[in-house]
Amino acid sequence: MDIRARFRLARGDFTLDVDLNLPGGGITALFGHSGSGKSTCLRAMAGLDRATDGYFAIGRRVWQDEACGLFVPPHQRPLGVVFQEPSLFPHLSVRGNMAYGQKRVLSADRRFSLPAIADLLGIEPLLDRPPAQLSGGERQRVAIARALLASPQILLMDEPLAALDLKRKLEILPYLERLHDEFSLPVIYVSHSPDEVARLANHLVLLDQGRQVASGPLREVLSRIDLPAIFADDAGVVIETRIAAQETDGLSRLEFCGGRIYVSRRDEPVGARVRCRIHARNVSLALVPQLHTSILNSVDACVVDLAPTDTPGHVLVRLDAAGEPLLARITRRSADRLRIRPGLALKAQIKAVALLA
Amino acid sequence: MDDSDLAAIWLTLRLATVVTIILLIVGTRIAWWLAHTRSRFKGAVGAVIALPLVLPPTVLGFYLLLAMGPNGPLGRFTEAIGLGFLPFTFTGLVIASVFYSLPFVVQPIQNAFEAIGVRPMEVAATLRASPRDAFWSVALPLARPGIVSGAILAFAHTVGEFGIVLMIGGNIPNKTRVVSVQIYDHVEALEYTQAHWLAGGMVLFSFLVLLALYTFNPAPPGKTA
Repeated sequence: MDIRARFRLARGDFTLDVDLNLPGGGITALFGHSGSGKSTCLRAMAGLDRATDGYFAIGRRVWQDEACGLFVPPHQRPLGVVFQEPSLFPHLSVRGNMAYGQKRVLSADRRFSLPAIADLLGIEPLLDRPPAQLSGGERQRVAIARALLASPQILLMDEPLAALDLKRKLEILPYLERLHDEFSLPVIYVSHSPDEVARLANHLVLLDQGRQVASGPLREVLSRIDLPAIFADDAGVVIETRIAAQETDGLSRLEFCGGRIYVSRRDEPVGARVRCRIHARNVSLALVPQLHTSILNSVDACVVDLAPTDTPGHVLVRLDAAGEPLLARITRRSADRLRIRPGLALKAQIKAVALLA
Repeated sequence: MDDSDLAAIWLTLRLATVVTIILLIVGTRIAWWLAHTRSRFKGAVGAVIALPLVLPPTVLGFYLLLAMGPNGPLGRFTEAIGLGFLPFTFTGLVIASVFYSLPFVVQPIQNAFEAIGVRPMEVAATLRASPRDAFWSVALPLARPGIVSGAILAFAHTVGEFGIVLMIGGNIPNKTRVVSVQIYDHVEALEYTQAHWLAGGMVLFSFLVLLALYTFNPAPPGKTA
């Protein structure tokens, strides 16, 4: 069940022109700067804006096909939308908000019950309150619950965390991950935050000035070095690791197919999966194993290719660590001195790892 | 107070009630259209609806009288369908009052609809509510303060009419002689005591209506949370 989305839509001097094939499961991030067209694309998917030339289908359900004049209005599309502002109905209680969409779905088509969703999103104690009495994070959780209770076939989220401070973001992120883990519900997630994308997404679409620059599995797209500097100095890869051991000196050992890395002690049990982000600027290269260094994490890798970066003094090196792509951002001088070239085997030293979950 | 006073009061309340109900139905539709249309006629329609705010009632009444008369388009139409002519009837009074009080209903409701914005309606659509469903379940409840204001103003303003009643309805007991006209008659006949009763009652009524409007009408719930 794949998702096909093709939209052409002009707004003043901005034109959205995308043709996307997206997986029918997992979280697909639409990433780009403001004005890149990601929200417009999401609104076109929801049917809130009608693309003059458009085609949108989930599996065999076609919601828009302008070639034969088909346009299913938003209220007849089984989808859920979470906007940046929670937009709860102020005249209804939390329960009333959550039931609004559920009531309008035939009981045979309902996928979730209200108590189960309230439990999942931790909003049971809030059910009888008016929205005005909730915190920003609580409101966004209610908005997510309300969208889910309408039994969507697809969940569209337009920067649902952008209006929240860091503390509230961290409060909501685990719930978003549970959505993905517990329901086989495709999620289209619009964001301009590389960290959110790296943490949540399985599939990544990069948009720039209304056009798609790249679309593919997250790790594949992140490790591409030919892309315009959309991530700028934020270039980096995401690796899936497993907690292999809890060391006695306050560290946890994580293993992935390319090797092992040590990080500060994690609370998760041995065997738990942890997603890490390794920024290219935190990876340095050495031709021989370094013994007299404080850098603990070093993995064997092979150079795949090199590319220029946004600054002339640096190059981006793509590495292959036993099948796991890594990126290193080093100075051009170092690259020349070490004669870094495709095929060279070396040590990638990882100075810092951002743990995403 | 004598029977004619009571009849005038009863007639006034009946007129105001009928006019308010009609205005709520018609006015809400017009307000919704004005709040959401991108038509280039929006300004013109809004201006026409606001005309009674600035025109003397005699002007509006004069043209309505002509329109409803035997040579007017409305008059020819009502005669053709067997209703006869509307001037000097209760129905004529109702029609004139609806035009006269329209801006008092349309403007507060239009403001309320505009304050809601499009987002709650979009959210309702993504939650399977058809536009009609969303209008009843989201737009109307959110616009309630504006609708209550509009209804109260329509009722009170109709009770307070004088000029347009004289132009369209004249002064026929039980049919078109409303309280304001009755007071005028009393004063003409130097019956100041009776005039006092009715005039004082109008002052008290108007004060209570406005007091209710300013006290009990809940503050708008504001933008969506």
